Amino acid sequence: MALSRDDVAKLADLARLELTEAELERLVGQLDLILASVASVSQAAAAEVAPTSHALALVNVMREDEVTESLPPEAVLAMAPAVEEGRFRVPRILGESA
Amino acid sequence: MSPAERLLDFDQAMALFDPVLGLEVHVELNTRSKMFCGCSTAFGAEPNSQTCPVCLGLPGSLPVLNRRAVESAVRIGLALNCSIAQWCRFARKNYFYPDMPKDFQTSQYDEPICQGGQVTVEVSGQPYLIEIERAHMEEDAGKLVHVGVTGRIQGADHSLLDYNRAGVPLIEIVTKPVTGTGAQAPQVARAYVAYLRDLLRGLGVSDVRMEQGSLRCDANVSLMPKGASQLGTRTETKNVNSLRSIERALRYEIRRQAAVLVDGGRVKQETRHWHEDVGLTSPGRSKEQAEDYRYFPEPDLAPIAPSPEWVERLRRDLPEAPDQRVARLRLEWGFSEAEMRDVTGGGALDRVAQTVAAGATPTAARKWWTTELARWANQAGVELDDVPMTPDQVAEVQALIDRGVINDKLARRVFEAVLAGQGAPDEVVRSLGLAVVSDGAALSQAVQRAIAAQPEAAQSIRQGKVQAVGALIGQVMKDLRGQADAATVRQLILDELT
Amino acid sequence: MNELILKGAAELSQLMADGQVSSQEITQACLDRIAQVESAVAAFLHVDAERALAQAQRIDRQRAAGQALGPLAGVPVALKDSFAYAGAPTTCGSLILRDWIPPYNATVTQRLLDAGLVILGKTNLDEFAMGSSTENSAFGPTHNPWDLERVPGGSGGGSAASLVAFETPLAIGSDTGGSIRQPAAVTGTIGVKPTYGGSSRYGLVAMASSLDQPGPCARGVLDAALLHRVIAGWDPKDSTSIDAPVPDVVQAAGQTDLTGLRIGVVKELGGEGYAAGVERRFTEAVGLLEAAGAQLSEVSCPHFPLALGAYYLIMPSEVSSNLARFDAVRYGWRVNDDGRHSVEQVMRRSRGAGFGDEAKRRIILGTYALSSGYYDAYYGSAQKVRTLIIEDFAAAFERVDVLISPATPTTAFKLGERAGDPLAMYKADLCTIPSNLAGNAAASFPVGLSPEDGMPVGLQVMAPPLADDRLYRVGAALELALRQQWSGPLWAELVRREESR
Repeated sequence: MALSRDDVAKLADLARLELTEAELERLVGQLDLILASVASVSQAAAAEVAPTSHALALVNVMREDEVTESLPPEAVLAMAPAVEEGRFRVPRILGESA
Repeated sequence: MSPAERLLDFDQAMALFDPVLGLEVHVELNTRSKMFCGCSTAFGAEPNSQTCPVCLGLPGSLPVLNRRAVESAVRIGLALNCSIAQWCRFARKNYFYPDMPKDFQTSQYDEPICQGGQVTVEVSGQPYLIEIERAHMEEDAGKLVHVGVTGRIQGADHSLLDYNRAGVPLIEIVTKPVTGTGAQAPQVARAYVAYLRDLLRGLGVSDVRMEQGSLRCDANVSLMPKGASQLGTRTETKNVNSLRSIERALRYEIRRQAAVLVDGGRVKQETRHWHEDVGLTSPGRSKEQAEDYRYFPEPDLAPIAPSPEWVERLRRDLPEAPDQRVARLRLEWGFSEAEMRDVTGGGALDRVAQTVAAGATPTAARKWWTTELARWANQAGVELDDVPMTPDQVAEVQALIDRGVINDKLARRVFEAVLAGQGAPDEVVRSLGLAVVSDGAALSQAVQRAIAAQPEAAQSIRQGKVQAVGALIGQVMKDLRGQADAATVRQLILDELT
Repeated sequence: MNELILKGAAELSQLMADGQVSSQEITQACLDRIAQVESAVAAFLHVDAERALAQAQRIDRQRAAGQALGPLAGVPVALKDSFAYAGAPTTCGSLILRDWIPPYNATVTQRLLDAGLVILGKTNLDEFAMGSSTENSAFGPTHNPWDLERVPGGSGGGSAASLVAFETPLAIGSDTGGSIRQPAAVTGTIGVKPTYGGSSRYGLVAMASSLDQPGPCARGVLDAALLHRVIAGWDPKDSTSIDAPVPDVVQAAGQTDLTGLRIGVVKELGGEGYAAGVERRFTEAVGLLEAAGAQLSEVSCPHFPLALGAYYLIMPSEVSSNLARFDAVRYGWRVNDDGRHSVEQVMRRSRGAGFGDEAKRRIILGTYALSSGYYDAYYGSAQKVRTLIIEDFAAAFERVDVLISPATPTTAFKLGERAGDPLAMYKADLCTIPSNLAGNAAASFPVGLSPEDGMPVGLQVMAPPLADDRLYRVGAALELALRQQWSGPLWAELVRREESR
């Protein structure tokens, strides 16, 4: 499965990554090579094999519903690129939430 | 906002099409702490004061699941007659949005904790079966404030973020397509959400305050030409923040879609927003491209495997289901089916029950909540729950009547004053001087004045024509501006003249 | 050369306990050494001299006051820059986090501080721990002290290099596909990846959550075990951490007799693509293990050749999701916030400017592997191969107690040699990746210098989950045999070279 320049541009868009033309071109070639090298994985994965998402079989790891101390708002906002009225400030939003 | 679109008359629409509903309800759980961290979930705190590395999505932070949230999810599932998964996982729903600290939502995808339930709701005495597709756990996002002239996302100059709500546990309850409701579709949707609200409140798992967003409904509807079996294209209406607006928004969408179809057009699959103030829906901004959420199992959380013993224990401890409760209370209160429908249809069940618990008779409690208070709520455009008068206060007014301090007519003025925020019932009775005159001297003076004013009537009574007493009672009541107990006045007049 | 910088953690602890040296003297010696060699090695991104000396002073006072102290109290340690350390820059080697100062400590960081260790600073790494050479750091590469023109491995090249530059006796790493073990191998140091869940990931900036694992780095086996004991153990803040006692790694590091231990040599990890010098040193080491009493046999793990491919689907998938949060909204570098650009544009540009080539490559690859229509063929298949790898290990561990292989196919390569060829770079982790996919414990121990290029060679030991102690048992036996053979540690050669200059 070869990826076109447009495919990579779409993926970059989905991943919110701005790429230069040169970066796009380079990635198309590299991704093709990488995908070719991992093709054996799809071939080896037989239908009857169960997938593993977690290496160790832990279940039901939970905490009690107890309130713990939050960070001081000053410390939280000190990290922010922009702040207004105790809130994180962002430029205008074009899209709507999912 | 787009200009109003053409609408078909509702009855006309119903003659041509069958609506198919789909309801997605988001419930904010009332756990003390968030879904994956120990930050408080209390409503209304200073912005960003209830945040930590986990719910801010700081690099390196990891989630740990709140046991109570899982328990609530299971209890909700059981109450909705769902089956509880023996093993399920969280998944990451990947998409970028500034209100999502990790730019993925920790949610459940193809392994919901609850699946395949059903409930029955009633509209005008007719039962409707609502099948539940699934109920799953997820986390809430932060809150955006849009700064600019419109105050809305469109046209905003910039936006501000408060992450106090980010990570608050949510349960999303999704119905299967609901068919066969015909013209009752909007009421069925409303009845379903009201049922859920009562059920969730009974379970004690959520504050279920629609206006605060702890119960949110996305209403999907599509139209199917009568006799067809192929589902039509649906729209999803968001921002439906009250029971009333569910009904209104669906009615609007049905009429709008019907007009589109009758005109030979095609309904666009889209998200629409309900505008309560103007009573219409408008399309959301279309997405740049179809979303691809790239779900995959959340590696940072272990799978959940509720043990059968635990699930059975939770099932045993479930409170009574809302419909069973209605049946039980109807018998306890001695109401007719019609009377009970009045109560439940108006969303007054809890209020009436609480008023009865505060000492009023069921009949009195029903009377006030389905007449005086229902009228006020309707005029104010709010739910009965949001009427600024407590069941205790209603019971207090009734007690004042029963003790003869006020009469029915005065009681209505007490309600008005309490609802206007002028104080508790006893306070308004005092401050407005609404108590009936029970001072013997004042009453007999008034009786004397009435006799003097209407000598013929007095003479008739002296001659044994007791029915003439009505005129004198009226005179006394007028004199005392209604603040007297008619029976007491009658007795005083008769004592005086016979 | 100040003798203190050559001493290991266990020895320094003893000297402090005996009152022969203070933590302040040790810390100052390390800081002096850092000042002396950093311009050539570039192992550190940030040196936290002030707080290090303050902590050293505190420990000295506590010791003077007769307070009970942990065995490593007062010993300096270097922290990979992917661990949150409140008050210190935590960049992960990325421009996007170049100004980020976390408001909290990673659990590993907290445990180091609580145990009285002295954190010297933050070490260099490939951006977000993605690489095998440290060349992907936005702040320049680290150099291998054995040959400054060669890479120190990666991603934890800074931590590994700092040990053999004698800047610190101990360092912390994190291992997703070999980021502790591969740098250890190519620098002649010891690096241990505990069982997945054996040490807490809380506060370790995630690369691939289901694979990442913090672990100890040191010049000696006992030192690594002592550090392992400090950082390991259940953490309620990490849902994937194991609520079980930590295996007694320190006791195991004191054993040198391998009688009765069954060791399997993995058949699939050798042969074509493996440097002759690496295979030679590996074979010699196998002989030493046999001489120490172990029973050697060859074991086949037939699905290991698929591990690299599965890894390069699972890891980038998780990366694409884990790196999404770097969106310039709450923290990190924001570009083009000039009132004209929307938040979407600002996010795109900030991420485009803030991430380096390898990060972008993996984000795109992962986004693709998870995208609708391709999930089953890529991510889904890779998860199935993961099952097959786990089954290979399980079958092997029924026959043997530990598995061994070369830690890397080759020795350290030259800076720039593989920079333009991602696939060649990825192959550096060929031997280490299976243990990340399966979650078992694994370590690399030095077994000499390759006769081809004079660069260190590492031997990998792999043990079943929660049998981390077996790694140390094998490592200790190997260390003893080799030190007898060399009349000292491998790194003594570096000291001789430096002193002869």
